[in-house]
Amino acid sequence: MSEFIQYTLQGLAAGGFYALSALGLAVIFGVLGVVNFSHGACYMLGAVLSAVLLAELNVGFWAALVIVPILMFGFGVLMERLLVRWLLELDPLYNFLLTFGLTLVIVEAVKQRYGVSGLPYQVPAGLGGQVTVGSVNLSVYAIFACLFSVVVCVAVGLLLTKTRIGMIVRAATESPDRTRALGINVGLWVTPVFGFGIALAGLAGVLAAPTRAITAEMGSNFIIILFAVVVIGGLGSILGAVVAGFLVGLVEAYGIAYAPTYAQIVIFVLMAIVVLVRPSGLFGREEVA
Amino acid sequence: MRSRTVQGTVAIAATASLALAACGGAGGPQSGGSSKLTDDKVVIGLLNDQSGVYKDLSGPNSKVAIEMAIEDYKAKYGDKAVAKDIEVVTADHQNKADIANSKAQEMYDRQKADIILDVPNSAAALAVATQAKNKKKLYINIGAGTTALTGASCNKYTFHWAYNTGVLARGTAGTITKAGGKKWNIVYPDYAFGQDMNKSFTKEITAAGGTVGQSIASPFPSDNFATFITKAGEGDPDVIGSMHAGGDLINFVKQFNQSSLKGKVQLAVGLMFITDIHSLGVDQFAGTQFTDAWYWNFDAQNKKWADRFKEKTNTRPSFAHAANYSAAMNYLEAVQEAGTDNADAVVGKLEGKKINDVFLRNGEVRKADHAVTHDVYLAKVKSSAPEEWDYEDIEKTIPAAEAYGEANPACSMS
Repeated sequence: MSEFIQYTLQGLAAGGFYALSALGLAVIFGVLGVVNFSHGACYMLGAVLSAVLLAELNVGFWAALVIVPILMFGFGVLMERLLVRWLLELDPLYNFLLTFGLTLVIVEAVKQRYGVSGLPYQVPAGLGGQVTVGSVNLSVYAIFACLFSVVVCVAVGLLLTKTRIGMIVRAATESPDRTRALGINVGLWVTPVFGFGIALAGLAGVLAAPTRAITAEMGSNFIIILFAVVVIGGLGSILGAVVAGFLVGLVEAYGIAYAPTYAQIVIFVLMAIVVLVRPSGLFGREEVA
Repeated sequence: MRSRTVQGTVAIAATASLALAACGGAGGPQSGGSSKLTDDKVVIGLLNDQSGVYKDLSGPNSKVAIEMAIEDYKAKYGDKAVAKDIEVVTADHQNKADIANSKAQEMYDRQKADIILDVPNSAAALAVATQAKNKKKLYINIGAGTTALTGASCNKYTFHWAYNTGVLARGTAGTITKAGGKKWNIVYPDYAFGQDMNKSFTKEITAAGGTVGQSIASPFPSDNFATFITKAGEGDPDVIGSMHAGGDLINFVKQFNQSSLKGKVQLAVGLMFITDIHSLGVDQFAGTQFTDAWYWNFDAQNKKWADRFKEKTNTRPSFAHAANYSAAMNYLEAVQEAGTDNADAVVGKLEGKKINDVFLRNGEVRKADHAVTHDVYLAKVKSSAPEEWDYEDIEKTIPAAEAYGEANPACSMS
């Protein structure tokens, strides 16, 4: 039994992190309708930036949690202004291809500059060690990462549903013309939302830095799991991303515990079942064709 | 239609190479004049990963190492050098067997390479071995670990210079088990290399009187190992063996260090390179034991070579850089001895040769299977680095005979 609790806790800890990582993807899709394939690359940039800030400017983990998302916000704004915006009117496939191409450019650029074998990063002081209760234990950092992720997810959820800014953003995306008619500059809101989504990817990268290998390729496989998370949760749904994040974390942990070889397959089996039963995902809105 | 054209090209190339070989065999002068070299020069092909995961381990800096060998060869023989004009050509195989295959073909046929060096990644390595066999041109593998190169896929023109998975298992598993780490649990990535490592480790652990409680396969690639580590800790093992490589290994070790097993269970790593320690930071790997084919700061001879390498590259050499140097140097020495770059003559000079150089200690080019046997080292990662790249304490020299065992019975040269 204690083993089961152990695996459950580990699944939840991983799930919180998946939720935060998928959040930016959900925000950008929900608001702009863009499937941002470069989310994995931006996550990687977040981790690489924290390692570079530490190595070259001696900026630690806590400062990186603030600075990196701000830098990534700027990067996102540039991306939207220079590239993404020109394709918004077209089929979503165009932006998918654009961001796919961007991913290749970003990954190769990081390889050129920082090599391929990765950058060092330690667990920040105060977050090392484990918490042990009976025979169950979890690393302090995993607990921190999970709680931090949940707090950010809830905050973003509240921002979009309970504030005036959130209302404008939602109105601007659901019905841009009518929102414009009310005297709101819709175009003005699209850019910061995209930047915000990218900043969230960067934030997840910072959170990953102490516990994962920081390499140019670190986002390439991760993005696949994130897509599974947002598809299960329902594209664009923030609550969906959070619930699906935890679900995927748990399914993965139980998979590893009881059928290790199939640990990753079970995630995609889950995705296939969800898509078959509820094509729009657990919390997605039905598309009106 | 297309395959017909390819067949045609192959036929033409084959005929041409037969004609050339016949010409060489008759001892007649080559088209270029009095030189005994094909095309009047020796061409060394370096085929490796120039952009992916093994770029830092070997990659472009191996070209520098080969050029150092050429420099030394020319300095040693001066006017008497058989190979006066030596060219190095490089290509990136991107760790893909099909690209390695076509690049090797291109090197042998169009760039007139007399030898191909390096080729990390086992699948790519085996593809090139087939090319070497078909083209009857030399091939010295350095970066790949598969024992098939000197086993089922061995051939007259293929040599394996630095290490193989059997050596790693005998070195790490054998030594740690004999030292008291009897109860093992193994986690391995679920693809050819990982399965191979799991088998060889289990065999050596059992042979040394230890037991393997669990062998757990993990998906490849993977970045969430926390639960795998918990599972590997079940049953109170003395040692957890990680058979991962590259990014997976770094993920595994980072998450192992954050688990409650750190400090209680010993971590042994199947395949680890100095570049892995460099990227994770020495303190994260502190105390981890592994088998290394060569270490730059082992003795004065290695250090001197490493200093020279650093002047040119501003970094310290990995075992692969030193092995590329050693392979290129010994190839050129064999050309010198044979007086020609004719592949069969050079192979004749290499087979059975006993070598002591900066890379090989008590080295021998084993005639039976073309494994280049030499002393290897059980290394332990230091807890802090006195200087950048100074990460290993060599705990034990594993003699060549112990590390390599008997010649691979699966190999038949013909």
